[in-house]
Amino acid sequence: MRHDHVLSTKQFSRSEIEAVLDRAAEIDADPGSVADRHAGTLLGLLFFEPSTRTKMSFEAAIKRLGGEVVDIGPVGASSVEKGETLADTVRVVEGYADALVLRHPSEGAARMASEFVSVPVLNAGDGAGQHPTQTLLDLYTIRERVGLTDITIGIMGDLKYGRTVHSLAEALTRFDVSQHFISPESLSLPTNVRYDLHESGAQVREHTELDAVLPELDVLYVTRIQRERFPDENEYRAVAGEFGIDRNTLAAANEDLAVMHPLPRVDEVAPDLDSTPHARYFEQAHNGVPVRMALLDTLLS
Amino acid sequence: MSQDDDHQLRVSKIRDGTVIDHVTAGRALTVLAILDIDGSGDETVSVAMNVPSGETGRKDIVKVEGRELNQDEVDVLSLIAPEATINIVREYEVVEKSRVDRPEVVLGVLSCPNRNCISAGAEPIESRFSVLTDGVRCAYCETIIRAELAEHIDVG
Repeated sequence: MRHDHVLSTKQFSRSEIEAVLDRAAEIDADPGSVADRHAGTLLGLLFFEPSTRTKMSFEAAIKRLGGEVVDIGPVGASSVEKGETLADTVRVVEGYADALVLRHPSEGAARMASEFVSVPVLNAGDGAGQHPTQTLLDLYTIRERVGLTDITIGIMGDLKYGRTVHSLAEALTRFDVSQHFISPESLSLPTNVRYDLHESGAQVREHTELDAVLPELDVLYVTRIQRERFPDENEYRAVAGEFGIDRNTLAAANEDLAVMHPLPRVDEVAPDLDSTPHARYFEQAHNGVPVRMALLDTLLS
Repeated sequence: MSQDDDHQLRVSKIRDGTVIDHVTAGRALTVLAILDIDGSGDETVSVAMNVPSGETGRKDIVKVEGRELNQDEVDVLSLIAPEATINIVREYEVVEKSRVDRPEVVLGVLSCPNRNCISAGAEPIESRFSVLTDGVRCAYCETIIRAELAEHIDVG
């Protein structure tokens, strides 16, 4: 891979994505083969927003490659609370680590950080911007389950602020995938993502109801609609209820439909789906480790 | 009396400097803001606004004496005054006349309208926008500004 940083899925070609997924599959099949491959490597974790899955899976990934982490810890305990700029923080921490994993509430934070340091920066989520490493594990899961050729995917929920959605939609334009977007009108795709999809030649098909497209779908990617996006509780409840799924909702679905979710879920995917063959979200979360191992291995080698 | 003669009565010819003509009517002050000309320097600056013009109905004109603006400085004007022409004047004669070209990147002039953009905070960075066919795009948060660019000019 010729990239120094992982900032956005737009930077990857199809073959580069496939190379990471292939490497992840090799590692998944034989994790022991890479157990000492990055012994002595230190990964710097800078999470300025809460994270469970992303942070833990990066930590698990580097440890399974023989490396270790240095963690800035809770933001409140760091110099950030004393008013230090992110540009200063990353310039300090690059002296402690071989690569930086950054999650930050502001859009563009990872890109800016990458301009100040010479070690690789991995964007682990920047506000409502991008979340490229999540996309790689999403693509890995899709490829494992239904393949990445000639499939139809529905992406549902908060498409406006959902960074996993932005990264996934842009990456899917590299593949032979038909995309449908299902959301309330107020949470439809932002202008910049539409622009990129249009530039990639992708057709943006938008719906306000899942029923219209459900039977066609091979994958349904559900995201959480956040309470704070709505002015009042009633409106939130009404909309959230409409864009949640359970066993009944999926009665009309293709029997091989894979339901995915970046997690955490609140009530948009009912627990009664967990025991059905549709449920792929836990497997998806587990795939975070081999995929991030593959990505780190590629960047650090 | 031609319209050009009429202009000369309002704003006299300059000996040396730059005349920015055919500025979109009403945008002269924004042009000065972009060029970082606020009257605190030595230059004599003349501004004519909403001058009748045969080509576009009305236009603004900005004359900056004693300073020759270079192409990089003026290209950013293309975002708000795409029809503008730049005349470099020496000894009362126009020695060089050019139009503004759209730049590929705009540094520092615009501010990102996305309040959650990293460039909108206290970080030690200049704003940076790439220029699209019909707007500009923040290099950090990727927000696209299509209309009313002038509202985002950072005059701070």
